[in-house]
Amino acid sequence: MGEGKPKVAFYWCAACGGCEEAVVDLAEKILDVIQIVDIAFWPVALDFKRKDVEELADGQLAVAFVNGAIRTSEQAEMARLLRRKSKVVIAFGACAQMGGIPSLANLWDRESIFRAVYQECPSVVNEQHTTPQTQYKEDGRTVTLPVFWNTVRTLSQVIDVDYSVPGCPPTPKLLLDAVETLLSGKLPPKGSVLAPDHALCQECPRRETRPEKLLLKEFKRPHEIVADQETCLLAQGLLCLGPATRAGCGARCIEGNMPCTGCFGPTSRVRDFGAKALSAIASLADSNEEAEIGAILAKIVDPVGTMYRYSLAASPIRRRRKGGE
Amino acid sequence: MGQPESSNTQTGVRRRLVIDPITRLEGHGKIDIFLSEDGEVERAYLQIPELRGFEKFAQGRPAEDMPQITSRICGVCPTAHHMASTKTLDAVWGVEPTSAARKIRELVYSAFMMEDHALHFYFLGAPDFVVGPEAPATERNVLGVIAKVGVEVGRKVIGIRRQLRELVALAGGKAGHPVLGLPGGVAKRLSAEDRELARKVAAEAVEFGKFTLKVFADVVLNNSGYLDMIRSETYTHRTYYMGMVDAQNRVNLYDGAIRVVTPEGKEYAKFAPKDYLKYIAEHVEPWTYVKFCYLKPVGWRGFVDGADSGIYSVAPLARLNVADGMATPEAQAAYEEYVTRLGGKPVHHTLANHWARVIELLYAAERLRELAEDEEITSDRVRRLPLGVPTEGIGAVEAPRGTLIHHYATDERGVVKKANLIVATQGNAARIAMSVEKAAKGMIRGGAVDEGILNKVEMAFRAYDPCMGCASHALPGSMPLVVRLMDRAGNTKGMLRRGENGSISKEF
Repeated sequence: MGEGKPKVAFYWCAACGGCEEAVVDLAEKILDVIQIVDIAFWPVALDFKRKDVEELADGQLAVAFVNGAIRTSEQAEMARLLRRKSKVVIAFGACAQMGGIPSLANLWDRESIFRAVYQECPSVVNEQHTTPQTQYKEDGRTVTLPVFWNTVRTLSQVIDVDYSVPGCPPTPKLLLDAVETLLSGKLPPKGSVLAPDHALCQECPRRETRPEKLLLKEFKRPHEIVADQETCLLAQGLLCLGPATRAGCGARCIEGNMPCTGCFGPTSRVRDFGAKALSAIASLADSNEEAEIGAILAKIVDPVGTMYRYSLAASPIRRRRKGGE
Repeated sequence: MGQPESSNTQTGVRRRLVIDPITRLEGHGKIDIFLSEDGEVERAYLQIPELRGFEKFAQGRPAEDMPQITSRICGVCPTAHHMASTKTLDAVWGVEPTSAARKIRELVYSAFMMEDHALHFYFLGAPDFVVGPEAPATERNVLGVIAKVGVEVGRKVIGIRRQLRELVALAGGKAGHPVLGLPGGVAKRLSAEDRELARKVAAEAVEFGKFTLKVFADVVLNNSGYLDMIRSETYTHRTYYMGMVDAQNRVNLYDGAIRVVTPEGKEYAKFAPKDYLKYIAEHVEPWTYVKFCYLKPVGWRGFVDGADSGIYSVAPLARLNVADGMATPEAQAAYEEYVTRLGGKPVHHTLANHWARVIELLYAAERLRELAEDEEITSDRVRRLPLGVPTEGIGAVEAPRGTLIHHYATDERGVVKKANLIVATQGNAARIAMSVEKAAKGMIRGGAVDEGILNKVEMAFRAYDPCMGCASHALPGSMPLVVRLMDRAGNTKGMLRRGENGSISKEF
């Protein structure tokens, strides 16, 4: 462990592990990365632990990349610890930045999730109505489980965050760029998202096929048509969120011939991704009649889950208010 | 460092040991071990401290988005969820995928399965054997493996995984959370150039599979100590086994019937995935968030093995137990040696999962090669339309960690009303819990606890692929651990820490 090299930490909270794979997907380049930085903490891959972080001086870590949303007090504690030890904290990936898909749980509450999982699933046999307990006593023994918050939060709703790297997952290139930028000493303004600041459409490989003035009488769902592999997906009627979504992903889903679902979030000019996405899509409705516009938009069967797929926790809505039903 | 200090052998009071990765990470397990007054293990609980509730927030989502939503259950095996979900959509809309689409899906799936198994073997499993279960913890990780076998091998592992993941991305947009699945087929055609690339990668993959099997033979099979450990009673449970088979009862990872064999190796059931509710039930315990699967007709009898207990096991060991063989020649030869050397089937030795996994790795590579050779994968008939009226559907695949079943019911617009997920890890949850307890009971005697015990308890669950919440896969060979010794009131009496360098420190 070279003493002189800047120290970097990777940590995960409520996440699927895909952001960790993004680091592993550096593949051979990870060998270059460890030439220029010391990975001082990365529980998923290296044998450092919380105690090692606690023993660092405040601010001794150059950068902490934290992925995942925050839904338990333990995750919040770890986030606060890393904040204290790091000069720069980066919300890495869609869940840390905006809540991600796990924050769709904010459409419900803890009780209804427990009921669905431990009672209502058809394979569950649970006549005693057992549910996991944060403290359980059996035969004089006590075992404990962490408490889950009712609401999933973004990282910046819990600690001060310097930058974000977007994506579900981020690309290895964005990670490499972020490391290089931070090591260069030329720090971007605080709060920056470390990715291009324009809409995906601008760098879409199909941009030339998008009509100047695009208007649609009907939206299609991806399973309803066989999409042409060369033509703008919006022009084919598919709900592609490219116009509202930040670029930098390499248009990977579109390369897979499927529409953008918005995992890179908004550009810097937009605060509420879902509202922006909805207005971008609604403006495509080819009608001036309110009823007809309504009928066109009714084809979007799940507006909240579609427009806020990755950003419900970050939205002004944040969560459904009560009960969840 | 490395050499544990003298054990704590305190007796005379009942104690509790908590084994917990310092950072209680999502997807990680936590183990509570309770010791009697004479220092013997009374009970060990393996706890899963997480829940995300996908079954609930699937409600209201368009079904066609489910392959992309459910892949976020696990970013390490997203392709397994993606594919199970896509097959569920076939059933929901009552459509068969075209022949070309089916082959493209299985090609992608084979590439994924191989890179996933390679990650587990080299990063997780191998360190215990290549570096050694008693080796200093500081060396017992993937870097230690590379140090032993050479950096060229390291580059080989990294390189083949990268190529396989690029292949998945070619067909599915990206390897992390791919997007290819649609009811009745796949979203994208493959070109002739794509197929050429697939052929090239597949050829390398098969060579890599054979190489990996040789590594396993050299390191493990040629070491009688390891074979004894694999066969030891401490790492053995006699349970039912479940896995998917083709029409000839050979292992199939993408499709087939689900077969169950008894602890004696007799066929207990063979059923279509759509009938899973007749056979599979989930049990809830108050001390963990994970649900425990068991065979419904046999029933839940608690954490015990044997034919009267409904507990079953899934994943590589189970798949090789339920099948009559492998569908590809090199893997079949390896399978035959496996069965012979382990004394016939069923193989009940938990650590044999490692061997079964590398045999499957080779099978996945050979299957990838067969599919890449098939010209039909460049057909433009990759979708079947029109679809039926959406209602309800069930789909299954063999995930790296076992049988994975998705089940959705929708309204007439195809919006999900109900979702049920039988995730692979759940199929092993009960047996893993038993394995950990048995390892603890077998090794903690008279209250003695040291670093070697910590690793051997870890080995009891690592063999299954310690991906507890279907979340973490890239774990190192040894996790940082803390064992807290507590009295019954929960007061900390002392602490053992295994440090970053593998050293053990005691605080009493």
